[in-house]
Amino acid sequence: MPPLAYLDHNATSPLRPAALDAMVRVLRAGGNPSSVHRWGRTARASVDAARRQVAALVGAWPAEIVFTSGGTEANNVVLKGAGRPRVLVSAIEHDSVLRAVGSAETTIPVGRNGIVDLAALERLLATSSEPSLVSVMLANNETGVIQPVAEVVRLARTAGALVHCDAVQAAGKMPVDLHGLGVDYMSLSAHKLGGPMGVGALVIRSGAPFSGDRRGGGQESNRRAGTENVAGIAGFGVAAAEAGLSTGGLRDRLEAALLAIAPDARIHGAGAPRLCNTICISMPRVRAETQVMALDLAGVGVSAGAACSSGKVQRSAVLSAMGVDPGEAEAAIRISLGWNSTQQDIERLIAAWQELYIRVTHSDYSQARAA
Amino acid sequence: MNAITQVRRNDQPIYLDYQATTPLDPRVLEAMMPYFTHKFGNAHSRSHSFGWEAEEGVEKARAQIARLIGADEKEVVFTSGATESNNLAIKGVAEFYKDRRNHIVTTVTEHKCVLDTCRHLEQEGFAVTYLPVQQNGLVDLDRLREAVTDKTVIVSIMAVNNEIGVIQPLAEIGKICREKGAFFHTDAAQAVGKIPLDVEAMNIDLMSISGHKIYGPKGIGALYVRRRPRVRLAAMIHGGGQERGFRSGTLPTPLCVGIGEACEIAMKEMEVEAKRLTKLHDRLLKGLQSKLTDIVINGDLDHRIPGNLNISFAYVEGESLMMGIKNLAVSSGSACTSASLEPSYVLRALGVEEEMAHTSLRIGLGRFTTDHEVDTAVDELVRHVNKLREMSPLWEMAQEGIDIKSIEWAAH
Repeated sequence: MPPLAYLDHNATSPLRPAALDAMVRVLRAGGNPSSVHRWGRTARASVDAARRQVAALVGAWPAEIVFTSGGTEANNVVLKGAGRPRVLVSAIEHDSVLRAVGSAETTIPVGRNGIVDLAALERLLATSSEPSLVSVMLANNETGVIQPVAEVVRLARTAGALVHCDAVQAAGKMPVDLHGLGVDYMSLSAHKLGGPMGVGALVIRSGAPFSGDRRGGGQESNRRAGTENVAGIAGFGVAAAEAGLSTGGLRDRLEAALLAIAPDARIHGAGAPRLCNTICISMPRVRAETQVMALDLAGVGVSAGAACSSGKVQRSAVLSAMGVDPGEAEAAIRISLGWNSTQQDIERLIAAWQELYIRVTHSDYSQARAA
Repeated sequence: MNAITQVRRNDQPIYLDYQATTPLDPRVLEAMMPYFTHKFGNAHSRSHSFGWEAEEGVEKARAQIARLIGADEKEVVFTSGATESNNLAIKGVAEFYKDRRNHIVTTVTEHKCVLDTCRHLEQEGFAVTYLPVQQNGLVDLDRLREAVTDKTVIVSIMAVNNEIGVIQPLAEIGKICREKGAFFHTDAAQAVGKIPLDVEAMNIDLMSISGHKIYGPKGIGALYVRRRPRVRLAAMIHGGGQERGFRSGTLPTPLCVGIGEACEIAMKEMEVEAKRLTKLHDRLLKGLQSKLTDIVINGDLDHRIPGNLNISFAYVEGESLMMGIKNLAVSSGSACTSASLEPSYVLRALGVEEEMAHTSLRIGLGRFTTDHEVDTAVDELVRHVNKLREMSPLWEMAQEGIDIKSIEWAAH
């Protein structure tokens, strides 16, 4: 059996070998970055180096980076920590954004192509004079659709609102520039770009208001208490320095092959600018769970939407927000490529997908004949 | 993996700061490695074997943690570390029960993250009692009994102090809390794997655990949350609903596996290790006491983990001593505040005079400390303390029998 084909990088991307090397070095060196002795200073130097690398990835200053335990923590603390009573979030945000604001949120709709509705945002901003925070992700985790964040910022600025951008899926897969976009806050996750799990960052533009909710030892310039995950942070730094996907060619070939096999399949967000690694596709009449199980048996790992919804298979809220009809949404799987994806991986997926499609259409045909 | 078995290089100075952080046990790193490489899946991915494999690793770790503290695995919630655990336990419980009870009891010698959380809750309208401790660092149970009322929602008292290593009477505290119907939270970052802990026997309702204080990795911790009778808390981090909604976010599989393995090793080796560390502790203490006068041990010596010695050297300037003993990595207090020159609030709470608090050192011994390292540490300390005292006019006066406190200093 050829090696397994892991095509679920938007759930988590395997650790890059260079990141692992850096981590093992740091794990062996030990030391608490707050300690004054040389173990402490060595650990501090690792954290500082990674801070520069992560800052460079998103066009920020090192002092604007606050390391967290991941994207979820970053999203949670910023929505509370920005101190704005009114929070406007797009309908396709990650659960960690949607649930963090709870009932206080106002939802910005998205169009059928998966792009946030800017006219609606403008109207929503005009309906209230309460100080607001707008949270729009840079690229969606399920469809890969890239959002017009610079436009969002322009509208928000006019209304005096602050802007948070969840760039967890975008960073490393497209150029990201904090100051170019003009956002006030940005969330990042290491394990989505080949760094380790358990580490992420909240980028806080210099001058943007922020008060963290975790009390303690005053680490991260009093913005996030707790002993730093030094090895994780070092791994994040190296992964950030190496990030920069160019899987567009592979993705396009894969998409063309899938559509050639199943002309009635549909790619969600196809008309919009998308990340170069993501395909969200519905195979007509075949439930997503059936597809992922069949693909898993064939040694191909993909997912039926986001990984985090803890087991329960629900219809995708993202596709619902795009107005995809329920039957089609239930037949959607997400294929996401990454830094170690190969032609062989996509061939394996194509073969398995074709076999399933033929089996299903054949049984449809038999059923039709029997009826 | 050849160098993995060796933690310390010979040219390195001696690491004696095991309360700040512990080196990663090579066996823990070995257990983590597969989850960094080929078992890299997201433990929450339910649709493929990559996810199932990761989930298996996470759940095994959860059970390993639970076993060490006598809990059920369903009662263990992974967090990013003890700071988050402490924040979640205290704020989470206070928030959830705030309509019924609004009083919190803690002690003045808690870790900064507990004290800061309590201060924050005071601003939110909670009443907080900061109990003083006795001169030996232990909480006075009678005063605790008086402080806990039917309005007390949670009592947060650490198991082992990070600066002076004293062990609080957990079972007695748990009993008092249970009688009064208050939840008992203990910050056990410095205690887990060092002393036997049993959440049932000690009536502990919530317990904070840290990975990197028990030879596991940084960036991971756990919170024990009792299920029977059930303790409820308001979550601090929302999202994908992982950890039964208590704490959202993708679980860092390798780190979970690491803290689990660290607990497993501690469970197997705690008893033997404690005996070995007790011998090292005695060797260190006797070495210093036999060669130096005017030294004071801070905190109770009997109710103390063997891996900690906190000691004040009279007539010596603390900073000069720290600068002198370059070959030893020790600290003057907790790591979080070690860059500041403020004397330790823990020592001041014991009634240690400011002068003596300024000359204190925290010496932490642990799994990889050797006899030879302790002997070297004693020699270095004795040499430098003597040298500094020779230069000290106060020491000279004390030797001549003058009571320093009786001197009236002239203002300049």
